[in-house]
Amino acid sequence: MSNAAYTSRQIIIETNRRSATSIPKGIDVLITVLIYALLILIAILVIIPLIWIIGSSFNPSSSLLSATAIPKNPTLMHYKRLFTETKFLQWYWNTLKIAIANMILSVVLTTMTGYIFSRFKFRGKKIALLSILVLQMFPSFMGMIAIYMLLWQLQLLDNHLGLILVYAAGQIPYNTWLVKGYMASIPKSFDEAAKLDGASNMTIFTKIILPLMKPIITFVALTQFMAPWMDFIFPRLILSSNSKKTLAIGLFDLIAGNTNNNFTMFAAGAVLVAVPITILYVALQRYLLEGLIAGANK
Amino acid sequence: MKKSITAGILSAIVWGAGQFYNRQYLKGIMFLIIQFIVFLNYQYFYNGLWGLITLGETPTRIEGGIAIHGDNSIILMVKGIICLLVLVIVLVLYVLNIRDAIKTGELRNKGEKLPSTIESFKQLWDKSFAYIMLIPAALFVLFLVVLPLIFGFCVAFTNYSAPDHLPPAKLVDWVGFENFKNIFRLPMWNQTFLGVLTWTVIWAVVSTTTCFFGGLLVAVLINSKRVKFKKFWRTIYILPWAMPGMISLLIFRNLFNGQFGPINRLLREYGLIQQNIPWLSDPTLAKVTIILVNLWLGFPYFMALMTSVMTSIDKELYEAARIDGANASDEFWKITLPLVLYSTAPLLIMSFAHNFNNFNVIYFLTEGNPINPAYKFAGHTDILITWIYKMTLNNKQFNMASVMSILIFLLIGSISAWNFLRTKSFKEEDMI
Repeated sequence: MSNAAYTSRQIIIETNRRSATSIPKGIDVLITVLIYALLILIAILVIIPLIWIIGSSFNPSSSLLSATAIPKNPTLMHYKRLFTETKFLQWYWNTLKIAIANMILSVVLTTMTGYIFSRFKFRGKKIALLSILVLQMFPSFMGMIAIYMLLWQLQLLDNHLGLILVYAAGQIPYNTWLVKGYMASIPKSFDEAAKLDGASNMTIFTKIILPLMKPIITFVALTQFMAPWMDFIFPRLILSSNSKKTLAIGLFDLIAGNTNNNFTMFAAGAVLVAVPITILYVALQRYLLEGLIAGANK
Repeated sequence: MKKSITAGILSAIVWGAGQFYNRQYLKGIMFLIIQFIVFLNYQYFYNGLWGLITLGETPTRIEGGIAIHGDNSIILMVKGIICLLVLVIVLVLYVLNIRDAIKTGELRNKGEKLPSTIESFKQLWDKSFAYIMLIPAALFVLFLVVLPLIFGFCVAFTNYSAPDHLPPAKLVDWVGFENFKNIFRLPMWNQTFLGVLTWTVIWAVVSTTTCFFGGLLVAVLINSKRVKFKKFWRTIYILPWAMPGMISLLIFRNLFNGQFGPINRLLREYGLIQQNIPWLSDPTLAKVTIILVNLWLGFPYFMALMTSVMTSIDKELYEAARIDGANASDEFWKITLPLVLYSTAPLLIMSFAHNFNNFNVIYFLTEGNPINPAYKFAGHTDILITWIYKMTLNNKQFNMASVMSILIFLLIGSISAWNFLRTKSFKEEDMI
């Protein structure tokens, strides 16, 4: 009996296979060619701007008008100018410093809050959760003036510490929900078993929970490390002196007023910033995607 | 009278008195010290609240060529709000002090042995582990997120704006709902608001959908059985997402530069156009360019998400479908697409909210230009968030910027709240 069922099944599969390949061969090839053509077209559209900016950075002239993707007399002049005429290296260092500090502070703060909100019951939890939910919906601009005044009173204007504090505080509401959502997938039986063995809350957190949170911690760390490289609004507001600038403002100022004259120098700077960040992103994309999907289904 | 009630009343009158009555001296002294600190600083609280209510009374005057500094309304306001927050913390401590006295009193009523202060601190550590761990994050959020937001909210009800109400030279006053009324009453504000809002909504909808379906198309192409080297294609297409967005945008701003940009130059060289195309300076064309550039920037995000969803779909599902007689197009429309849509739909709403406030794309490509003479402080391509930014930093119209922020919050907040209330983590949260 089971044998008969098996053969009828086989027949269905066979007929389906035949119907799937029943498209005439010419059309089949045409479809494949079309798909590849589309893929190549999109790839070209994606890559052209990148090639153009890399090529431009080796152009001998400094203007946008004569910048070409394939320079006739390639030169490293603009890279040299970038290091000698601007404070590019200093901006790079500033951004790196802020990025690392923000990453560490953010991870410490949100793993703690995420852990507490997912594992403990306490008075006021609902209110706290709802209020951070509401907080993450406000446009960050709304607090700009007050943040400026506050940092001014604390003498933290034009100071990297001020910027780091603002970043680390701003990410708490969103990332707390994210980490808390991720923690829900870690069975509570782990920590309950440890508790029965007499482990303290602190031990449970550091020895059991933290190792299991690795993927989400990587995600938070990575996104917080990236933020200062691209954020414009807060460094513009808080940092004013040239030597304190981050790369985002430094590069923007390089071409904002003087597009045609500093363009190739900007191109060189853009290449030096984009290459490492892009490599980092592509290498760690798995964690980023995991985190994003976790965020979507939290 | 019961010991618990006596202790509670004592602590309500003088901090720590109930603890003394319960013979927990060390704890009592601690509460007493807190009360002393608060009372010694009564001047601080008085000044803070006075500043918040009046926003200052003496303007800066110039006498004999020397400026005599008066009150700075904005600093008074910030300090007033801080004072209010501190007051809330003090109030919480006060309630804790009374509660503690009552709780210990209850133990004494039952004739149980009292924990010493050290012991009770150990108990406190265990019981309030959650609170103690949250303190650092709470302080951060309180002062750098909540305080600025309360301030921003308050500013919407003042006349804090250039040129007549700008501290330190001039004072700021509370004006109630005047600013909200002005948006709907004054034609200039009204027109700008409606115009900018319309473009913002169009922008958010179009940019999100183009990126979503662009990403879907590419993901489907890559995932096709006919395509080899999937990883190679994926890596190329992911580049725009991996590049720092600001840099890509600044590159495009130059590519599309109407006067010197290489796109116009190439088109002219090949004789396709006689005159430069105003990619970013014609109101309509600029909007189209912005959306196209955003597609370049945004499709990889969805593509990456969707391909990873597609590869995680259980192969047995397809096997089973094939056995039931499904062909390739059935597999796509009835299995792949629904599963992909199901797991990326929540991100669609988040992405809408993100684009609604997508400052970078607009600001780095056009800075909101070309200028629209019929608008107040805004250009043709300005969305609400860039308009607010300009009003704040360039035009110092802080009050109107705050009003706009509140309106955006109401709009985006209700959408995200609706989205959120449907999510698993909210429904499953067994909140007390």
